[in-house]
Amino acid sequence: MELALVTLLNGLVYGMLLFMLASGLTLIFSLMGVLNFAHASIYMIGAYLAYQISQMLGFWPALIVAPALCGAIGAAIEMYGLRKAHRNGHIAELLFTFGVAFLVEKGVQMIWGLAPVPYRVPAELNFALFTIYGTNFHAYRGFMLLISMLMFLAIWLMITRTRIGLIIQAALTHPEMVAALGHNVPRVFTTVFAGGSALAGLAGVIGGNYLVTEPAMAFTMGPIVFVVVVFGGLGSLTGCFIASLIMGFVQSFAVVFDVSLADLLAHLGIAVSPENAFAEVLTLPLPRIAALLPFLLLILVLIFKPRGLMGTRDT
Amino acid sequence: MTTVVRWAGNIAGDPGIRSAARRYWPYVALLAFTIVLPWLFYDWSKARHAGFVVSLLSQMGLMIIFALSFNMQMGEAGLLSFGHAVYLGLGGYVTIHVINAVRLGQFWLPMELMPLVGGLSGLMFSIVFGYMVTKRHGTAYAMITLGLGELVTAAAVMFNGFFGGEGGITANRILKTSLLGLSYGPGIQVYYLILAWTVICVLAMLLLTQVPLGRMANACRDNFERAQFVGYDPRMVRFYQCALSGFFAGIAGALYAIDYEIVTFDAVSAILSGNALLMTFIGGVGVFWGPIVGAVLITLLQSWMSLISNAWLIYVAVLFIVMVIYAPGGVAGLFMAHVPIWRAGRLSALAVPYLRILPPALIGVAGFAGLVELTYFVTIGSGQGKTLNVFHLAINTSSPAPWLLASGLLALGTTIALSQRRAFTTVWDELAEHIRTKERG
Repeated sequence: MELALVTLLNGLVYGMLLFMLASGLTLIFSLMGVLNFAHASIYMIGAYLAYQISQMLGFWPALIVAPALCGAIGAAIEMYGLRKAHRNGHIAELLFTFGVAFLVEKGVQMIWGLAPVPYRVPAELNFALFTIYGTNFHAYRGFMLLISMLMFLAIWLMITRTRIGLIIQAALTHPEMVAALGHNVPRVFTTVFAGGSALAGLAGVIGGNYLVTEPAMAFTMGPIVFVVVVFGGLGSLTGCFIASLIMGFVQSFAVVFDVSLADLLAHLGIAVSPENAFAEVLTLPLPRIAALLPFLLLILVLIFKPRGLMGTRDT
Repeated sequence: MTTVVRWAGNIAGDPGIRSAARRYWPYVALLAFTIVLPWLFYDWSKARHAGFVVSLLSQMGLMIIFALSFNMQMGEAGLLSFGHAVYLGLGGYVTIHVINAVRLGQFWLPMELMPLVGGLSGLMFSIVFGYMVTKRHGTAYAMITLGLGELVTAAAVMFNGFFGGEGGITANRILKTSLLGLSYGPGIQVYYLILAWTVICVLAMLLLTQVPLGRMANACRDNFERAQFVGYDPRMVRFYQCALSGFFAGIAGALYAIDYEIVTFDAVSAILSGNALLMTFIGGVGVFWGPIVGAVLITLLQSWMSLISNAWLIYVAVLFIVMVIYAPGGVAGLFMAHVPIWRAGRLSALAVPYLRILPPALIGVAGFAGLVELTYFVTIGSGQGKTLNVFHLAINTSSPAPWLLASGLLALGTTIALSQRRAFTTVWDELAEHIRTKERG
């Protein structure tokens, strides 16, 4: 029980972090039809910028400046790169973002080195917020939860209650009509791309010190965020939110429960002998295959339920 | 004797043979060149081959097969795959197990046919995986193959029995089961084995673009709804194309296993899949020989640039991005764009615009390379105790002068090149218009 509660909280923190990345990606994906491979790279840039700025000015200015810079980078990528690649078709756009992701990874390695950088949780938040069943809940996790909840609220209010939100919603389904009404659709694209990038940057700022800030972080995070977006369904922020939380819980619980298929079979009264041809697969403990679960989920969803949880159209 | 001479004379005089000879002599010459190539680097004083060159050429051969098989999906069928290395890697793993089994005497198989083992196992896996992934196309296909690639890579690290975990599986390729009596110990023998299989695979894949399946793959790529109306199932076309490309990737995997004598999870990893994408795209997806050029170019860059600069991947990434935006047809596309102008005899009209745009562009590239190298040496290089040398001149990376020079070159070069761009496009458009009117009337 106590383990379940602590894991639940950890899953919530991780899930909200995923949502911060996935919300921007799903908006970009459903608006422009571009699977943005560089989204997780912006997340990485956010973490590295936050590290650099917190070295010079401290963590709190970094919390504001780094996402803003990431938003600017996103806008530049959209205006000077993606828009040009768009002329050559969807595959070219996808390849362009793939190239950007590749370039960012190598660039980060070049500027900040191959090893992880010591980007740490700020001292003000480095204490145990409360203790449940003898396990400390770190104040920084509470802070992450707070920031991501606030972000969720802000996005939700912006999308549903403001004029720009209404235009974005309309452009999701009827871009030609929105353009015919006199709105600048390319500018809406740039705005969404910049906003999504800023959110990814923020996720990097608060996630970089919670996880690890290293050149491989984009590559480990990217595919998981894709899974969330596809699982939640295109064009649906609610679906994306639910998928993020599910993914957070799945990942956290899979790491904790040390069971294997052989244990499950043992419950049913079937013993797995080491001579069995599938013994290696069956005795593999769950924590070791935790990293595999998102990809398994991705393949299954894309094959059997292409619209995802709450999506309105195919991927 | 006289009959032989007359017979040979008849052949040489046969108009069909003569036109074939005229048409195919560049390919025959190219083949002859690849056969002679390793001997150009032969060290006669020590009586041995240049190992580096031979292994480089071998790698090129198998990468050509790999890139062409990737293009069977991407160029021919419009399927962008991020997990193509899965078929290469799995073909390689099966081959290396078979080599070990042959060594233990469990059964007999000549080395020359070993690539078929890889090809058939690649085909088997591509039938199983392809059946699932080809249900979708477009972006969804890219994502499923990405997931599949990650899944297989993770499994390769995890399971020791078949994949050997992180250490991989090793083998010794000297089997003495050759049909030709070769040991395949020296690299040069392996090179000729790879060359032979590369020629076979290139011809087979060329043939596949000409048969109805290849044509239908093109049709489904361009307009799959119309292909459906004609009565073909795009799904099945995608499936056949994917399965066959897995076969050729498997052959490349077998050659990989024979050449390196080790297969690790690198062979199924996303890095190799991304490499296939880079080679194919930079070479050109629209022309059959595009991926061949790309494979040769990228393999050369990998081996040669990585000796000169540790930041070479940055250059590849920038080249890739520039290509995606400005030259989506790749090197082959750029070349093919000049062919009609050359046919019209107007290529000389481009000389001046090229002379005005290329030198400043090169200056810009030099400035960019300078900045990249300076940054690299400040961060990683200095940590490794290296110093930056240009023309045997040690450069002090902490002084502002080299930085200013590099930034200046970059700014100057790009500004001039951009200002010349309009003049270039004007001439280009004029030529295109000229050719079009000529074709019309």
